[in-house]
Amino acid sequence: MIRLESVAMRYGQGPEVLRGIDLELPSGSFHFLTGPSGAGKSTLLRLLYLEARPTAGRMTMLGRDIATVPRRERPALRRRIGVVFQDFRLIEHLSAFDNVALPIRMAGESEIKVREYVTDLLKWVGLADHMQARPSTLSGGQQQRVAIARAVIGQPNLLVADEPTGNVDDALAVRLIGLFDELHRLGTTVVIATHNEALIERFGHAVLALDEGRLTRHEGRA
Amino acid sequence: MARGSPLPLAADGSGRFLPWLIALMVFLAAAATGGAFAIGGALERWDAGLQGTVTVQLPPQADARPAPDLVAAALAAIRQMPGVAQAAALDDAATAKLLEPWLGTQVDPSLLPAPVLIDIRVADGAALDRAGLQTRLAAIAPGATVEQRGAWLDRIFYVAHLIEIGAGAVVLLIGLVAMTAVVFTTRTGLALHAGLIDLLHLMGATDAFVARQFQWHAFWLALKGGGIGLVMTVVGFGGLRLAAEQGALPGAGDLVPILRLPLEAWPVILVLPLAMGLVGLVTARITVLRTLARMP
Repeated sequence: MIRLESVAMRYGQGPEVLRGIDLELPSGSFHFLTGPSGAGKSTLLRLLYLEARPTAGRMTMLGRDIATVPRRERPALRRRIGVVFQDFRLIEHLSAFDNVALPIRMAGESEIKVREYVTDLLKWVGLADHMQARPSTLSGGQQQRVAIARAVIGQPNLLVADEPTGNVDDALAVRLIGLFDELHRLGTTVVIATHNEALIERFGHAVLALDEGRLTRHEGRA
Repeated sequence: MARGSPLPLAADGSGRFLPWLIALMVFLAAAATGGAFAIGGALERWDAGLQGTVTVQLPPQADARPAPDLVAAALAAIRQMPGVAQAAALDDAATAKLLEPWLGTQVDPSLLPAPVLIDIRVADGAALDRAGLQTRLAAIAPGATVEQRGAWLDRIFYVAHLIEIGAGAVVLLIGLVAMTAVVFTTRTGLALHAGLIDLLHLMGATDAFVARQFQWHAFWLALKGGGIGLVMTVVGFGGLRLAAEQGALPGAGDLVPILRLPLEAWPVILVLPLAMGLVGLVTARITVLRTLARMP
């Protein structure tokens, strides 16, 4: 489903932040991405959710060579990818409901369906009582759950999360990763960047480790 | 449940001045349109009034007023022309009245070598063969002239036509200025919300989706401005007319017919706000699509 062959990435004229990445993520797999700060985890995720393009090598995703996908076809490809950003990137002037509804509204879903899906999903992440709340009035953990709901509402083929448990306590972290695990069991490919070794240990999925821009470990069951 | 727009365009202040700019432009466009209609209407009415009358001038003969038998012969020739409903020579009293500004009231015009003027009224719907009349009169009274309406009146109509074209150009120019204002407002909005637009793209938004947010925002701003402009037009022209009619504006009494915008101008003026709204919508859409298309 996702294949990276000798992929490298640099920002502008700077040094390479990713080097010689060879990677294959099968459809429906679950991977934790780990490594020290500055190892290139966020950059690799940016490649996966198509915010950046490799400066060298070849990357294929969902059956398409990313280098050859024209601009007009990118939105359709991006709608198949759900992203939980490290800083959530919730839209401040929108309610939790409207934030979560955005991806399916953009896809042209009817308002009746939008209401049904978003209400169900916000209940699922435990925010039924906060649908009309603005992000700034929610706690870090609640914002994180809104971000997760927004990432999964379009039933993406690939779910990418950058440190999704960075701002929450251990109990909530386990619950959040549990949500991702449920999606994985429904067939979604999941890649989660985290420093949390305890979580990695607890869920026991495959681990990708990066160090100084190189993939140093790829092990475990996906 | 109210549906929120993902881009807070109404709150960012980038379009704060657009409605007022558009309002001013709609007012100017309405003034140009109304003025063109008013001038066109006035000339048409004037032309219709002149269409039915022709003046013939019999020059003095041997330094004396043309003899009565010559005038009678000229009148007979004129009355034989097809389309002539009535023809009469101006009597001495009427001629004296015409010459009064130059000669005063003490001079007897019959003693002067003044020409004789003949007023002809053309029958309704008929056309007078002016060239034929001129030929016929030349044989009776050498030097007799038939007033050629075309030459000077056509010049006035030509000038009026130029004014109408000028008004059209002004409206076009105003449209271009409105487009430029919308382009700059839209570009400002794009720059202010670049981060959010990136996020929307990452979530799968098409350029058309982003453009829709801007185009409807620009449409409502321009429509609002157009509405204000319309109110300014009604209040402005109405107030000026009222003031001119009541003599509050010294010397402006002659402007009353122009300030009274003709009825046929109003459909055009009433459409201006909607036209501005559409100009805003299309301009914003094109601006966003072109700007985003240049992104990597």
